[in-house]
Amino acid sequence: MSEPVIQVEKPGLLTTIQDAGRAGYQQYGIVVSGAMDPFAVRAANLLAGNKETEAALEVTMMGPKLKFLKDTVIAIGGADLSASVDGREIPPWKSVLVKKDEVLSFGVPKSGVRAYLAVAGGINSEPLLGSRSTYLKAGMGGIEGRELYKGDILEGGVPGAPLKNLAGRVLKADMLPDYQGGRRIRVVPGPDDWAFTDEGTEAFYSGEYELTRDVDRMGYRLSGPVVEHKDKADILSDAVTMGTVQVPSSGQPIILLADRQTSGGYTRIGTVISVDLPLLAQMHSGSTIMFERISVEKAQELYRNREKALKKLALAAGI
Amino acid sequence: MEKQRFSPMGDSAVRVSFGEGISKEINNRIRGFAELLRKAGIKGIREWTPSYTAVTVYYDPCEKKYSEITAELEELYRKLEETELPPAKRVIVPVCYEGEFAPDLEDVANHNGLSTDEVVSIHKGGDYLIYMLGFTPGFPYMGGMAPKIATPRLEVPRSHVPAGSVGIAGEQTGIYSLDTPGGWRIIGRTPLVLYDSKRENPSLFEAGDHVSFRAISTEEYEDIKKQVEAGEYEVEYETVD
Repeated sequence: MSEPVIQVEKPGLLTTIQDAGRAGYQQYGIVVSGAMDPFAVRAANLLAGNKETEAALEVTMMGPKLKFLKDTVIAIGGADLSASVDGREIPPWKSVLVKKDEVLSFGVPKSGVRAYLAVAGGINSEPLLGSRSTYLKAGMGGIEGRELYKGDILEGGVPGAPLKNLAGRVLKADMLPDYQGGRRIRVVPGPDDWAFTDEGTEAFYSGEYELTRDVDRMGYRLSGPVVEHKDKADILSDAVTMGTVQVPSSGQPIILLADRQTSGGYTRIGTVISVDLPLLAQMHSGSTIMFERISVEKAQELYRNREKALKKLALAAGI
Repeated sequence: MEKQRFSPMGDSAVRVSFGEGISKEINNRIRGFAELLRKAGIKGIREWTPSYTAVTVYYDPCEKKYSEITAELEELYRKLEETELPPAKRVIVPVCYEGEFAPDLEDVANHNGLSTDEVVSIHKGGDYLIYMLGFTPGFPYMGGMAPKIATPRLEVPRSHVPAGSVGIAGEQTGIYSLDTPGGWRIIGRTPLVLYDSKRENPSLFEAGDHVSFRAISTEEYEDIKKQVEAGEYEVEYETVD
């Protein structure tokens, strides 16, 4: 069951359909994609009464103008891009009822870069290999593999409960991500940490890196102290994952993100831990970060804590 | 520093190393390990990707801690020594090396001081091994091309290379799986579809497959293309001894 729920009046800077990503096909070279801020899309879905894997809209900086074609419940997670519906402010991390013909618009970005708009019942574009995520470079998923255009009509699924029961849910304070305080990005070293000189490794973990202008869904190029290689920067093409930090011969790190290719040929000094990916997703050119070493054991403990919190949220929401 | 057999790639993936350098022996063990992984169905494993020298296993840290997943993978690794590998398969790829399908064939011939017939004969005579898939969905990274037809990439890449184009870049040969920009020297085209998201298995190839090329005429190309489009073409396979 699917019916029109949203009409795009203005597409905004870059608005795409994303979900948890097209995992399971990386061995065939199929890019995972999915939301840049995996926590925000999952939490927004749960607040709207959806399974966390439903598709939502990823809204980037300058948001779109969207008209609702029926009464529904929405929840926005991630960045605060000053959303409002017919003049009513819509704060992030809260599910609210919206009426047919009302218009959602966005204003000045207050914090973060990417907001996720979840709609009760989810966005029902045509799935491709088990996912609705849009991968722009290969024109896969979403609507014809592209960003939203003016005039697009998005279909939605059936809400998980009567709308009045879904509205008014909020994210508990202890689950709210702190996008402002996130300058420290934790990294599990490896698999190519052997490829760097002691000085290079020291520079990486003690220096300050700035996000250059070259930042997009595929990855972020950084600029800062040179991470020196012992010998060479190239390796035989090998697997990478979300958050993998590559260092090419320039010594300037690159963080691979949602639209990364499935493999790469540069030395990998480490991988950003899952719980810190949302911080990166909400940063823009010019932001500065510092890397900090963390053990895989500690990173997994943080991962499990986050999953527990999301599970609690799902239970509380009756999902 | 000696490299570890297991190294974490963040909190949700682990890289299992099988050695150094491009070799058929390493590729064979990687293919065997992937086969064991498939059979073992270990809880918490989401997927894995073979490469030239490693298999990277993606897993759910809620199901398995790092120490637990490496212990189970270590067990599979040991089992690999005593497991007889199933034979690899060879995919026969029909290629038309003529006319508009082969815009760079003459350049490749000139670069190497050969005739175009010689280039085709050397290229189709090879036994190629797919070490990994990537770059674009279903694109095979293949080894085994004769160095005597090696040719550098185009200085200015084309903005559009049709899917199915067979190219040479340095000592590598490959087949474009999607219409993309690209700088490989194009010497032919196959009517086979390497990647189709609507197929049960979207990729024609798997890492560890062998490939050999069969030269076809333009007429045969059109004929096979029609069969492929109608879903009637049966891809030819052989067992590799």
